[in-house]
Amino acid sequence: MDAAERGSSARKTRNGGETTLATEPKSCGTLVSRGKASCGAHGGQADLPPAIWDKVKKHPCYSVEAHHHYARMHVAVAPACNMQCNYCNRKYDCANESRPGVTSEKLTPEQAAKKVLAVASRIPQMTVLGIAGPGDPLANPDKTFRTFELVAKAAPDIKLCLSTNGLALPDHVDTIARLNIEHVTITINMIDPEIGTQIYPWIFYNHKRYRGIAAAKILTSRQFKGLEMLSARGILCKINSVMIPGINERHLVEVNKAVKSRGAFLHNIMPLIAAPEHGTVFGLKGQRVPRTSELKALQDACEGEMNMMRHCRQCRADAVGLLGEDRRAEFTKEKIVTMTVNYDPEARKAYQARIEEERHARIVPTQEGAGEHAGGTSDIKVLIAVATKDAGLINEHFGHAKEFQVYEVSRSGAKFVGDRRVDHYCQGGYGAQDDLAAIIRSINDCHAVFVARIGGRPRGELHKAGIEPVDQYAHELIETSAIAWFSSYLEKVKSGDIQHVERGDGAIRQDPMVSVA
Amino acid sequence: MPFKIISSQCTGCSACETECPNVAIFEKGGTFVIDPKKCTECFGHFEEPQCVAVCPVDKTCVIDTSLPRYQPPA
Repeated sequence: MDAAERGSSARKTRNGGETTLATEPKSCGTLVSRGKASCGAHGGQADLPPAIWDKVKKHPCYSVEAHHHYARMHVAVAPACNMQCNYCNRKYDCANESRPGVTSEKLTPEQAAKKVLAVASRIPQMTVLGIAGPGDPLANPDKTFRTFELVAKAAPDIKLCLSTNGLALPDHVDTIARLNIEHVTITINMIDPEIGTQIYPWIFYNHKRYRGIAAAKILTSRQFKGLEMLSARGILCKINSVMIPGINERHLVEVNKAVKSRGAFLHNIMPLIAAPEHGTVFGLKGQRVPRTSELKALQDACEGEMNMMRHCRQCRADAVGLLGEDRRAEFTKEKIVTMTVNYDPEARKAYQARIEEERHARIVPTQEGAGEHAGGTSDIKVLIAVATKDAGLINEHFGHAKEFQVYEVSRSGAKFVGDRRVDHYCQGGYGAQDDLAAIIRSINDCHAVFVARIGGRPRGELHKAGIEPVDQYAHELIETSAIAWFSSYLEKVKSGDIQHVERGDGAIRQDPMVSVA
Repeated sequence: MPFKIISSQCTGCSACETECPNVAIFEKGGTFVIDPKKCTECFGHFEEPQCVAVCPVDKTCVIDTSLPRYQPPA
């Protein structure tokens, strides 16, 4: 092979001709009355065609309900990147950092495959392998696809998934289809090149570095082309967008329309992470991060258009475990070398069958009309935070909660709108007092916090902050409890016992995440 | 011969490795190194050196002034 033919972008494969969508853009169809958070909300299948449901029902990122039961893992086999984003700094790597683009150890495809088998044999609910970086998987196509090939051969029951910036995507769609990679995430932050210039300093395309408007135009056209090609092949596409206040927050509504019309399945709008210590361009120049209310308003504005993902934990390129838990410390390179891997597909199948049984047994009845007699005609909407261990129940102690689920309660019922991470600081010198203050800051936009139990001191502090601690619904269903509490709240407002006040904003955590492994 | 990578700035991302038309770049101790015997400054391949163009860290792939410039074969 000619030396010049080497390398990812040296490939001259071009899929000529127009791509037409072979299938109608798939959305989850009509909104159910509760307003679902995303595909197949808590009731699971809801209104998805069976073929699609089959693909998403065990994918924690594509089904909000699945993420309570199923785990995913990322392997960091793709260090190279073909562009620079202002919110990314791959040089920074700290074991306590949790954000995309960051990883502790890079793996070869062979090491990665072994790691996948090790995790699969120890975490039978791990159903999805994603490659997300720490660079761009498609800037390292050989390593990425080699990993997928090895895993597909050794563990055919694991779903394959990749996440890309889209620049090299059109060149690889055929390979993605051939390897049966069912899920692809494309990060699309803009479709207006003017805005692109504020997010991307440069891209490397076709052996040249492009900057400014030219770079943004190329990127958008490649992303759209890739998305259309994937949609035409029936591969489910999730779109990730980073919300950057003052740069693209209004524009993301346009992005949402553009990706929906090209067949995207799910849209995940994430808050920018930009602390100065991350050393990113945005972090260093003091770019403001979104407020919880801004993020929610934007997600709400897009929801009429398509399914929004609201349970994203912005995980690392080497994350392992359920979303929101972090078990990568159990599977480091050294530990995997000594592990005896016993991948038993039958045992995994049996375990997952039990999960499915539990899921069916636990389908939360929809609250059609429950809000009607709860809220009457009131337009009041409040947010509540819930301490929960798993799907649908209020069963976590306030002090043990590593994150809270946030629901919006109104006369139309209770609707999941996101998670708040409240794990404890890892820098020494902080006492429990500061932890509590941090927790309160993170759920400061909520009127109440629902817990299984809560101690005296936090109870007092919450009251002081104007958040009502609610433990009377311990171990009951979240949605019914939320509605019951809300109707009594409205009663009190009506009778003048309490005055309804709007809450402020919750804080989106920027600081390190501690491994809970 | 003349491009080199300043190892203290190299993030080990490997982007340059796959772009080099001369297969002159290899990993050594977590960062990447250019074999000066193989580097042709991309002469005859591309308008600009590919390692420089793709490197995410500015001023990391630079001319090695201690060596004579690449002379294309006559």
